Amino acid sequence: MTSNTVNSNLKPSAFTSDQEIRWCPGCGNYAILAQVKKVLADLNIPRRNIVFVSGIGCSSRFPYYLDTYGFHGIHGRALPIATGIKLARPDLSVWVVTGDGDGLSIGGNHLLHAIRRNIDINILLFNNRIYGLTKGQYSPTSEQGKKTKTSPHGVIDYPLRALSVAIGAEATFAARSVDIDHTHLSMVLHRAALHKGTSFVEIYQNCRIFNDGAFTYATDKSVRDDHRLILQNGQPLVFGKNNNKGIVLRDSEPQIVDLNGRYSASDLLVHDERTQEPTLAYMLSRMYYPDFPEPMGVFRAVARPCYNEQLDKFSVPVPMPQEIDHALEALYASGEVWEVAG
Amino acid sequence: MTNEPPTQRSARIERKESRAVAIRFCGDSGDGMQLVGTRFTDSSSVFGNDFATLPDYPSEIRAPAGSLVGVSGFQINFSSEQIHTPGDLLDALVAMNPAALKKNHKDLALGGIVVANEDAFTEANLQKAGMHSNPLVDGSLHEYRVVAIPMEKLTLQAAQAHGLNQRDALRCKNFFALGVMCWLYERPLEPIAHWIQEKLAANKSLAGANTAALKAGWNYCDTVELFQHGYRVAKAAIPPGRYRKITGNEALAMGLVTAARLAGKRLFYGSYPITPASAILETLAGMGHLGVRTFQAEDEIAAITSAIGASFAGDCAATGTSGPGLALKTEAIGLAVSTELPLVIIDVQRCGPSTGLPTKTEQSDYFQAVMGRNGECPVAVLAAASPADCFDMAMEAMRIAVEYMTPVILLADGYLGNGSEPWRIPNTADLPRFRIEHLIKTEDGEPFKPYKRNERGSRPWVLPGTEGMEHRIGGLEKQNITGVVNQDPANHQLMVNLRAQKIANIADSIPDLQVEGNTDGDVLVLGWGSTYGSITTAVKRLTEEGRPIAHAHLHYLNPMPSNTGDVLSRYKTVLIPELNTGQLLLKIRGEFLVDAQGINKVEGRPFLVAEIEAGIRKAMQGEWK
Repeated sequence: MTSNTVNSNLKPSAFTSDQEIRWCPGCGNYAILAQVKKVLADLNIPRRNIVFVSGIGCSSRFPYYLDTYGFHGIHGRALPIATGIKLARPDLSVWVVTGDGDGLSIGGNHLLHAIRRNIDINILLFNNRIYGLTKGQYSPTSEQGKKTKTSPHGVIDYPLRALSVAIGAEATFAARSVDIDHTHLSMVLHRAALHKGTSFVEIYQNCRIFNDGAFTYATDKSVRDDHRLILQNGQPLVFGKNNNKGIVLRDSEPQIVDLNGRYSASDLLVHDERTQEPTLAYMLSRMYYPDFPEPMGVFRAVARPCYNEQLDKFSVPVPMPQEIDHALEALYASGEVWEVAG
Repeated sequence: MTNEPPTQRSARIERKESRAVAIRFCGDSGDGMQLVGTRFTDSSSVFGNDFATLPDYPSEIRAPAGSLVGVSGFQINFSSEQIHTPGDLLDALVAMNPAALKKNHKDLALGGIVVANEDAFTEANLQKAGMHSNPLVDGSLHEYRVVAIPMEKLTLQAAQAHGLNQRDALRCKNFFALGVMCWLYERPLEPIAHWIQEKLAANKSLAGANTAALKAGWNYCDTVELFQHGYRVAKAAIPPGRYRKITGNEALAMGLVTAARLAGKRLFYGSYPITPASAILETLAGMGHLGVRTFQAEDEIAAITSAIGASFAGDCAATGTSGPGLALKTEAIGLAVSTELPLVIIDVQRCGPSTGLPTKTEQSDYFQAVMGRNGECPVAVLAAASPADCFDMAMEAMRIAVEYMTPVILLADGYLGNGSEPWRIPNTADLPRFRIEHLIKTEDGEPFKPYKRNERGSRPWVLPGTEGMEHRIGGLEKQNITGVVNQDPANHQLMVNLRAQKIANIADSIPDLQVEGNTDGDVLVLGWGSTYGSITTAVKRLTEEGRPIAHAHLHYLNPMPSNTGDVLSRYKTVLIPELNTGQLLLKIRGEFLVDAQGINKVEGRPFLVAEIEAGIRKAMQGEWK
C-alpha cells in the first residue's frame, strides 16, 4: 500500500488526461472540472492513489478527463462500485461523480445507503434539473410545470431536494455550491475532501442546451445576492445585496426579515454545522427559490465513525501464502469431525 | 434414570442389518425438525455411515401451527455403502402432527414405519389437516407399521425436574422423537448430548430438559416393546481420512475463502440476503479472521457492483444470490464482462419464474446464466454436482475468474446448498493454487495499455495505487489494446470476437468430459449440476442389469470441455435429465446437432433415482427388450 502523505507538488494541469473532452461548449461541467483539478492539486495526494467513479450521464464522463484511476460504471451504480473500492482499499481517495438522474432517480437507493453507512468517500452530485445525455427529458429535480420532451403539459411530479435526501439519511457532511462560483466551489470541495466519512456536495450545474439559465437566479451578479445565502459557521443567516436581510425562526419555521427596521443581526438564526441533530441543516435544505434565498456552503459537518474503519476491526489482513495454512485447516475442522482409519 | 450410556443397555435388543436407510422427520415449521434432522445426521456421521440429506421446508417461517402449508421436513439417507442421494422411498417417517403425516406418508415404502406423536392427533389438528378421522386408528395406514407414541405427555414427564414452564417443556418433544429414532437405528447419543450442552450452555434448565427428553425417547423404546426389532446400518467403507459433514452453502463459502487466501488475497463478498443463498453470506460474515470482508448491500445490484469495485481495487471478489437476484445483477455482469475484471457470481437456483417457490430446488437458471444478458456477452459458467463438490467448484470458479479476467457464474441449487454429505477434510498443502499477477510497470516505459492481452486473451490486472499506470475503464466499448472509448464499427466487431475468444480459451484449462461406464454404445446419460447423485445411482442399477449405458456429467457449462462433441457422437442415444423443461438439451441439440432427448421435471424437488431410471427405460422402449 502506498502512502497518501507524499508531497507530490502537482499542478492542476497534471490531472489532465489525454482524452478529448466531449461536453457541449459552455457546459457547467468545465468549470467544475477545473476546480476539482485545483483541489486535487492542493490536497497533495499522489494521482495513483485517487479513484474517480461515475455512473451514466453527462456528469459521469468526468473520470475520463482526469489522469487518476477511474471507473465509469453503469447507470445509478457508481456508489456501490465506489463502496467496494473503498472497503477493499481504505488507503485510496475515492470520489463519486453523479447527476440528478443518476444519483437521485435510478441510483436513489444507493445514495441513501452509502450516506447512512458513512463510508469515507466524496460524492459530487451535479444538479442541472434535466436529463442532458438522453437529450432533454425532465429529471427528479425538475421544477413543477416545466415543459420538456416527456412533459409537454408541464412536469406534475414534485421535485426531490438533493440535500434534504442526504440530510434525511444523516449525511455527516452535506454542502452546496454552484459551477461558476470558482472560489466558493473550491472551498466546498476542499472541505468535502478533508471530511472523514461520506461527503455529499450538490453542485448546481448549468446545461446550456436543454436547461440553460436554470440557476441564473443564483449566479447572475445583479440578482444572486437576494436569492442565495452564503452559510458561515457560527454566523447569523444574513443575505441580500447589502446584507440587509436575514432569517429568523418563527413558529418553528424560517422567516425572512428586514434588518433595516425592527430586527438586528442578533435576532437571527445562527448557523451551526456541527450540531449532532440534523434538524437545522434539514430546515436549511427546505429553503428554496423563489420563496427563500437558497443556502450555499456547508450545511452540516459532524464526526461519526466510518463504515470502512469499523469493518476493518473485524477483518484481519491476509498473510503471505504458505504451504500449509493452519487457519484454513482449523476452519475445515470446525464442527463434528470424525476419523476413518485406513 | 440410570447413568449408564443407553447404547450399552440395549445390546440385548435384536437388530436387523440394513445396507441403507432413508428416514424423514416432519412436523410444524416451528417444531425443530431441521434441528433434530441435523443432529441425527451428525450422529450418523460420527458413527461412520455415508449419508446424504435433503431439508424440505416452507417459505413461511411460522406458518399457522398444524396447517399443511407449515409442514417442514428433513430427510436423511445413511448407508454402509457409498450413496449419492437422500433416498427415494422412506423406511421410516416421524410425523409430529396430522398435517405432517398427510403431506409425507405417500413417500413411505410399503411396510415402512410411521412414528407418530399421538398427542397431536386431536380433533382440532385433524381438522386443520383436512382429515375426517384419525388415521392412527382408522386403518387407513394399514400398508405401514404405525407406532403411535404420546410424545408430549412423555416429554413433559421427562422435563419435569428441570423447572421449565409447560410451553417450553413441550418444545423439547423434537428431542424425544430424536431419541426414539436413535434407538431404532442405533445412533450414538453422545454427540447429540454434547451438542445440547454446548449450544444451550447459557440455559441450564433448557439443556437439561432437552437431554432428558432425548434419553427418555431412547429409554421408552428400550423398555416398551414398540418395535419388533431395531436396525443396524454398519459403518461404510469410505477412503481413510478426517471427515466432517458439509452443506453445499458451507462448501461454497469455504471454497471461496480458500481460493483467495491461498493466493494471498482478501476475499470480498458483497451480497443481499435471499433464500436459499443467504447461508453463504452468513458463513462468510464470521470469517473476518481469515481476511474476509463481507458487505450486506442494500440490494442485489449494489451487492454485485460493490464486488466489481472491490475487484478493480484488487480483492478476490464474489457475490452470491438466487435466480431473481441473478436477474437483477444482469446489467452489472455485462459491466464486468466489458471491464474484464475477475468476479465469481454464485447462483443457488430455486423454482421460478418470479418469486416462484423460494425454498424449493430447480435447475431452471441455465439459460439465464449462459445467455441472459444484453449484447454479445459471454461469461464462464460452472455447475457443482454435490454439496462437497461445491468446495472444489468455488475454488475453480475463482481460478478461472482471475486467470481469464472474467466474471464466472457458478450454479448450485437449493438441494445442493441446503443438502449435506460427508466431506473429506483436505490438507491445504495438497490444494490447487493459482498465481495472481498484477502488472506494475510497462516495458521500456511505454504508456500503459489496459487492453493489451496475454496468450490466454486476458488483459492485465493493474491495481489503483500503482505509479504511472493510472487508467480509466468502463462499460462503453473501447479501442482494442489502448482501452480508449471507441465507436468504430470494425473495432466493435474485433472486441466482440476477442471477448468471445477469451472465454472459449478457458476450455484449454479445464479437464476433459469423463465418461463413467462404456466409452461408446447405446446410451449416454448427460447431466449437469445436482442431478449427479440420482443419475449415478440410476445408471449403476441399469449397468448391474447389464444395460449398455454410460454417464457423463458437465461441471463446465460454458465453455464445455473440448471433447464434449466427440463424447456425444459415440452414442446412439443421448438422454439429458434436468430439473427444468429442457435447457441444456436445447444447447446440446443446437451446438452439436445431436438428437438428444430430455428427462425433465419441475416439481421443486430433486429427481428420485426411480424417476431417472423410468425415464431412461421409457426412452429406450423398443430397443431394450
